[in-house]
Amino acid sequence: MAQQESGQGGVSPARMAGYLAAAIAFAVFGLVLAQLERVSGSAILFDLDWAPSLGIGFSFLLDPLALVFAALISGIGGLIFIYATGYMGGHPQFGRFVLFLFLFMLSMLGLVLARDLITLFVFWELTSLTSYLLIGFAHDDPRARRNALQAMLVTASGGLALLAGFILIGTAAGSYDLAVILQGGGLQQSPLYGAILVLVLLGAFTKSAQIPFHFWLPNAMAAPTPVSAYLHSATMVKAGVYLLARLHPLLSGTDGWEVSLTLAGGVTALFASVIALRQRDLKQMLAWTTLMALGVLVLMLAQDTAAALTAAIAFLIIHALYKAALFMVVGAVDHATGTRDVRALRGLRRGMPLTAVLALLAAGSMAGLPPFSGWIGKELLYTGAIPLLVPLLLVSNALIFAVAGGVALRPFFGPPPGDLPSGALPSGALPHEPGWQLLLGPLLLGGAGLLFGLMPGLLQPLLDAVLRGFGLDHAAGLHLWAGGSLPLVLSLATFALGSLLFLAAPRLRAQGEGPRLADRLWDRLLEVFAAIAAWQTRVIQSGRLSRYLVISFTTLALVLGVTLAARRPALAIQPDAPLSLWLIAAFTIGGAGLALTPHSRIANIAGIGTVGIGVALIFLIFGAPDVAMTQLMVESLAAVLFGIALLRLPGLSERRSPGRRALHWLISGAAGLAVTLLLLAITAHPPDRQLATWFEENAFTRAHGLNIVNVILVDFRAFDTFGELTVVLLAAIGASALLKRRIGGARR
Amino acid sequence: MRSPILGLGARFLLPLFLISSLYILLRGHNAPGGGFIGGLIAALGFAILIFAEGTAAARRALKIEPRNLGGIGLLCALLAGFGAAPSGGAPFQGLWLALPVLPLSTVLLFDIGVYFAVLGGVLTLIFALEEGGDA
Repeated sequence: MAQQESGQGGVSPARMAGYLAAAIAFAVFGLVLAQLERVSGSAILFDLDWAPSLGIGFSFLLDPLALVFAALISGIGGLIFIYATGYMGGHPQFGRFVLFLFLFMLSMLGLVLARDLITLFVFWELTSLTSYLLIGFAHDDPRARRNALQAMLVTASGGLALLAGFILIGTAAGSYDLAVILQGGGLQQSPLYGAILVLVLLGAFTKSAQIPFHFWLPNAMAAPTPVSAYLHSATMVKAGVYLLARLHPLLSGTDGWEVSLTLAGGVTALFASVIALRQRDLKQMLAWTTLMALGVLVLMLAQDTAAALTAAIAFLIIHALYKAALFMVVGAVDHATGTRDVRALRGLRRGMPLTAVLALLAAGSMAGLPPFSGWIGKELLYTGAIPLLVPLLLVSNALIFAVAGGVALRPFFGPPPGDLPSGALPSGALPHEPGWQLLLGPLLLGGAGLLFGLMPGLLQPLLDAVLRGFGLDHAAGLHLWAGGSLPLVLSLATFALGSLLFLAAPRLRAQGEGPRLADRLWDRLLEVFAAIAAWQTRVIQSGRLSRYLVISFTTLALVLGVTLAARRPALAIQPDAPLSLWLIAAFTIGGAGLALTPHSRIANIAGIGTVGIGVALIFLIFGAPDVAMTQLMVESLAAVLFGIALLRLPGLSERRSPGRRALHWLISGAAGLAVTLLLLAITAHPPDRQLATWFEENAFTRAHGLNIVNVILVDFRAFDTFGELTVVLLAAIGASALLKRRIGGARR
Repeated sequence: MRSPILGLGARFLLPLFLISSLYILLRGHNAPGGGFIGGLIAALGFAILIFAEGTAAARRALKIEPRNLGGIGLLCALLAGFGAAPSGGAPFQGLWLALPVLPLSTVLLFDIGVYFAVLGGVLTLIFALEEGGDA
């Protein structure tokens, strides 16, 4: 829910953070744009070794394509931070919100600037993660949590496919460095091409919400409106489009590429624009039109003509401008009236004339009216599309035209607003204009949309530079007046059809928003997963210690037994051992017998301790005093710990059936026999002295120590020891926490 | 049920255990011993005190939360690991002060870290088990 602006007093630290983040974003925007001249010649590269042995670098590149995306991300990002500060700056957790949003912006910048495929993948997953945090920001709302999880599961599993695809690209191209890969030419002839294509498309289509992976995007509207405006219109969902554009020179031009992109993009565009018209929630309407835009972008990237690619990049920019602006306007309406239901809202221009103008500014571009940049975008789309798809585009564009009317005309015009279902406005009162923070974004973005429409030449050098990256000479020309050609006729047809649809829309909305089939299927899928997991846990994790032991020891006995039986190794049987060893053996076996005493725990503990001391004696005899000492200490401590734990348990009583007891005897005997045979087989071979010799030679000369065991522990293998120490301490702290929790639970 | 004999014995045994544990720790580099064994011996000394007098007395004697002790140990070991970094050495590379009688080194610091980490870890576990049972 939107928070009310407090307005008075100083600026809270959280708001300061919001403005600071905006300042940083604008600085990035300026820096990126300043590189335009340089980048048009050759890409700027930045390098840092990460895992050189794997050929993976933490490296970045800035070329015209990356620049377009980076400029959109940072520029819109800055406006979003200002908007969010006005929209929800009073939220008690606004500081956290700014942090999440800022992390998201950095991840997104990393994604589009990454030069190394693995670096790109890391940032790709980071955007999924941060978007999870942002969608689920209202974490006490179960719906927000569910939708956040859905978005993350869909995009992150696509991300895994993408990782596999990247590794295959790395294998096929011999490098993970995009600069090198793109220089090396396409991968269309590679034997791995089919697999690469499928995996990369899985990644891109999940991220950019192409059918059948589209369902998470409308659900992501559970996020606060600034997030929707930023992630789910302008930036994150464009990551898939970025990837397709980035890898376009490598993968495009085949039937597989063209068919799959055309199919996914076309179906998504048409389906989403139909659903969009039936929505009642303004945010949902915008979300579905975003799906349509993504579909169109994918559709254009299926081709490799200059017309189609120019259309893709130009429409990408134009769409980002008007869609972010419209989301912000919708947020302002929600802020003022407490509702986003298009059926309830009307006549708001009386209280919010400025907002109404800004809505028209952005919606004009969305509807594709001249002289807005949306008009040019639409003409480019009609020019770039293959003839077969023109009817589909015509219908989609007409639907979007109608939705644009629904977003910008219905809420603001008509008779004065009546009683709103939210009750946010008293009857007859007029809503108030929002603060400047909420208006700045729509103003600048909508203004830019108009400016680029009036002066398309401003975008031309940028588009030319991007198109050169695709191996083309220059982009198709951007003109406000392209002459009386076929696209003009199509545009006029779009307006005619769109106007009819706009008038019919209320009747369509009255029929309901339509089933969310994929969404329900997703829930079923998760239920099936949960059921399988529960079944598997029931079967494998019974929670009974004796069963775990039975499984472990049966496995041990079987694996060792089969191996030994198959290999029949020589056994080292030495009946001529000295008497002392025989005595120690008898002592140890006696201890083992004591450990089996049925009715006394203290006897069991003493028995186990005796076995340990016997083993320590053997270590001592064979010249390993360190190990023997450690063994003695560990045995003593184990006796202490066992004593504390076991003596608190209820007394031992034998309740097992004779059959089960016999089975346990059998398993124990078999495991014991197998391990004994294994040890005899191992000692039949002389040990490999290579390592021991090295340590003997170097312990004193290099590490100044005479005790080889200690030198290994604290010097040669100190890193391992450090890891082990961490484990020891963490295990102890974990066990202590578990014990305390159990007691706490019992008290409750 | 507290045994006065065991209690008195533990009071005398603890310092003996601690001194011998330090001895074992410091001789470790050239003779059997080291931080790991030393830490275990010291933990045993406290275990006896716990048996005799209970955890409250042991905590008083220890004066510091065992998990913090373990953390200090881990920190010592980590510091030792970075010891060679300023001179461009590898992580956990040993660095020795060239003194004839007093062989001070980052390796010794590391071993001291091992000692405290083991002592802290084991005592954390024993305290948790013992106090868990009392409740």
